[in-house]
Amino acid sequence: MSSSLVSVAYIGAIILFILSLGGLSNPESSRRGNLYGMVGMLLAVLATVFGPRVTMDGLPWILGALLVGGSVGLYAARKVQMTQMPELVALMHSMVGLAACLVGFANYIDPMAALNLSSAEKAIHEIEVYLGILIGAVTFSGSLIAFGKLSGKIGGKPLLLPGRHWLNLLGLLIVIVSGYQFLHAETIHTGMIALAVMTVIALLFGIHMVMAIGGADMPVVVSMLNSYSGWAAAATGFMLNNDLLIVTGALVGSSGAILSYIMCRAMNRNFISVIAGGFGTGGGSPAKSGGDAQPEGEVIPISATETAELLDSAKSVIIVPGYGMAVAQAQHAVNELTQLLREKGVIVRFGIHPVAGRMPGHMNVLLAEAKVPYDIVMEMDEVNADFPDTDVAIVIGANDIVNPAAQEVPGSPIAGMPVLEVWKARTSIVMKRSMASGYAGVENPLFYKENNRMLFGDAKKVIEEVIKSLQH
Amino acid sequence: MVMLIGIPRETISGEKRVATVPEIVEKLVKLGFKVAVESGAGEAANFSDDAYRAVGAEIIAGASQLWAASDIVFKVAVPTSAEVNMMREGGTLISFVWPAQNPELMQQLAAKKATVLAIDCLPRQLSRAQKMDALTSQASVAGYRAVIEAANVFGRYFNGQITAAGKVPPAKVFIAGAGVAGLAAIGTAAGLGAIVRANDTRAEVADQVKSLGGEFVKVNYEEEGSGGGGYAKVMSEGFLQAQRDMYAQQAREADIIITTALIPGKPAPRLITAEMVQSMKPGSVIVDMAAERGGNCELTEPGKAVVKHGVTIVGYTDLNSRLARQSSTLYGTNLFRLAEELCKTKDGNINVNMEDDAIRGLTVVKNGEVTWPAPALKMPAPAAKPAVAAKAPAAAHGHGSAAPMSARSLALVFGLGALLFLLIGAYAPAAFLGHFTVFVLACFVGYMVVWNVTPALHTPLMSVTNAISSIIVIGALVQISPSSLFAFDRPDGWIRGLAVVAIALTAVNMFGGFAVTRRMLSMFRK
Repeated sequence: MSSSLVSVAYIGAIILFILSLGGLSNPESSRRGNLYGMVGMLLAVLATVFGPRVTMDGLPWILGALLVGGSVGLYAARKVQMTQMPELVALMHSMVGLAACLVGFANYIDPMAALNLSSAEKAIHEIEVYLGILIGAVTFSGSLIAFGKLSGKIGGKPLLLPGRHWLNLLGLLIVIVSGYQFLHAETIHTGMIALAVMTVIALLFGIHMVMAIGGADMPVVVSMLNSYSGWAAAATGFMLNNDLLIVTGALVGSSGAILSYIMCRAMNRNFISVIAGGFGTGGGSPAKSGGDAQPEGEVIPISATETAELLDSAKSVIIVPGYGMAVAQAQHAVNELTQLLREKGVIVRFGIHPVAGRMPGHMNVLLAEAKVPYDIVMEMDEVNADFPDTDVAIVIGANDIVNPAAQEVPGSPIAGMPVLEVWKARTSIVMKRSMASGYAGVENPLFYKENNRMLFGDAKKVIEEVIKSLQH
Repeated sequence: MVMLIGIPRETISGEKRVATVPEIVEKLVKLGFKVAVESGAGEAANFSDDAYRAVGAEIIAGASQLWAASDIVFKVAVPTSAEVNMMREGGTLISFVWPAQNPELMQQLAAKKATVLAIDCLPRQLSRAQKMDALTSQASVAGYRAVIEAANVFGRYFNGQITAAGKVPPAKVFIAGAGVAGLAAIGTAAGLGAIVRANDTRAEVADQVKSLGGEFVKVNYEEEGSGGGGYAKVMSEGFLQAQRDMYAQQAREADIIITTALIPGKPAPRLITAEMVQSMKPGSVIVDMAAERGGNCELTEPGKAVVKHGVTIVGYTDLNSRLARQSSTLYGTNLFRLAEELCKTKDGNINVNMEDDAIRGLTVVKNGEVTWPAPALKMPAPAAKPAVAAKAPAAAHGHGSAAPMSARSLALVFGLGALLFLLIGAYAPAAFLGHFTVFVLACFVGYMVVWNVTPALHTPLMSVTNAISSIIVIGALVQISPSSLFAFDRPDGWIRGLAVVAIALTAVNMFGGFAVTRRMLSMFRK
């Protein structure tokens, strides 16, 4: 296959990738979109393998590696629980990061890569290598930590080292200094030392960055790492003079960046302050500053049977799921409840806050897994206006995203964050394990509203009880 | 010492309610109290002695024995002087008292060294007091019953129907006053299928009226110049005239009028004049819920239903007794909630804690000392409406955010961009610029495409982009065995090792990512 043919194949792959992302604009076309992605990938890989730059003696290696990696990937994809999607995605990001690192190193020690380059071109090439490895390393270690946090292997609490901003600054300085040495290195060997120093610093930085971020900011982190993995690919593309890599990397990078932006906006937080780590320390007042502002009113508990009675007499119900639903694995019970109510002629809808769960769209996937029809699963802005006409709003394992303090208490750490206005429904029922406050550590006045009822217990068990009493 | 709660039989004629019901007795017992019920106390509300006995109450025959035995007495109606005489010295009474209207009763109670909690004196503005608010619970029952009374004497369906025998228009119900009773009446009448209109001088209740299925009728008058839409200078002559016109018009149109207008401490306002009654269609009904306080209608006769000018005017003052079982259950619940507040230790003992705002308000006599009226509550200033708590721009679905960037930040972005491009243009070699062009364009394409992704599919988006980013495999592929024509001192083994590992890693991603995306997407079904 000539190099021109390879280029054309690459263009085809680019188009297919763009179509693939475009397909996700609605669930009907999304399945085809995914197919486009696969075809594009196949095309790109085949074109490369049969292109002029790969010889036949490499083929067994390639096949072997693909076989091993592919089977691991397929196995993971089959086995993963939908509640574990954030972990899986984080882990996969780390692989892209590591791969980018490895490719960078391999490229650097390959004397052919920089053959026939002018000095300016060589400098640019080396900067590309350097940046590619840097981004790759940060993505790798950051994603690994994110994986650990999401899967509960590492505590979710933000780890705030003293003077952590200075540490980061120091790291940046070292990275710049070694970058200078790297560019002026006489031999590959001395360059390698600078490169290794930078890699270690980058790995530490990735760890430090994600360690400082708490559980509920994870959607931002996951999408940010998604973005980084894209930029890593793009940097590799520059390094290898490969437009396909550049385009794909840019697509993925901007996709992740947009997701991070959407997540930040949904929390009314500044991207920088999320990355700087620790809720409320980067901006806004620390949590619990208004500790004496105990909300007026009283918490009124409700039993599962009473909940069932309320639901039975309701005409319209909106369910607001949160991370607690994922933790309790309650999505199937929720679906059963939904079906039961719909059979009784109750209009049931779901209101999804953009940051509900631990990654963008997490709740949607869980509900889809439980076979909740997607056309009753709404975005926050689609249902928010409907709460006043809703008889019962059920909050399952969510807290901050339904906190009226965001609108009512100007000094609250979450003031201004868009929230689902469940308290405007005739009755709201909050399913929760205890009275503990949410991730932001802010008291939730919703629990004390007179039209709110608390249904304490494990979400799954409680919903099953409700279903049982509804069936009588 | 465990205290005994006594439930006497109500003595006022026509009072059918009882201060607690068997269902509540059970809960009181759980709080640690003993409960005694006078024989026959619940009879009028269909609660037999046996029902009380079954849940652990003691049945005591004879009022005097019961009053003597009880540490605490729960009652509904204002106690008579004879009842207070039977009361134990130093005992506790929880009941309706209306201290302002019954000064002698207050003296008598004080002389008994009693502690009296008047359920009508509850500081209703405390939100945690709402569960004890018997005025509300009783008014709501009365509002419901008023509609039922109206339906009883009204000669037609409430809901419109089209039957084989012809078309029936829906009844038109007008409700004056949208307080608790009025709102209950609105909900009930709307539930029966009538067309419901309602008015209240408090314009802010319009939303509540609508939420219950009613239509809010405004008084067609706005005072000019005055700051807040007319009602501030209550009842100017012009307003009153407009209000009368409105009522006159509603009287002509409505089939049923239910009036609930009361002004605290004053006789009920006269809203419906004799002429208005005359103008109503024959067979129409007026239920005057303010009959006890003189009535909102000029022709009301308290306690009776009369027919005047062909219009039935119902002036019953015992609407609650006409739904005694429901009223008693709700009243009993109110008192139970109060008992909970009084007995936080759940040991069957009460503590009348005068530090507690709600209990302070309720207590009108404490150990023989008149403590009524309670000092005005120092309510925390109503939380200042947040200065339009910076509503984040509604998450625009489409390209970028809804609000355009401010000119300054826009200028900054463009400035920085220009500088960056200048630097690149000045120093970068041509080959790089080609790739750079592609890169920038791809970023924009990505931006446009990704904004169109529906938020529901954000997780699949992440997993598919993740799969796509394993395109980095190409970098590894070309390294694994470059055409070795001019390989001089190339460390082939190292490079191959690195590349193979990189390929394996990306393969995990590639296959895993697409497969899991496929699995997820196949779950999204209508």
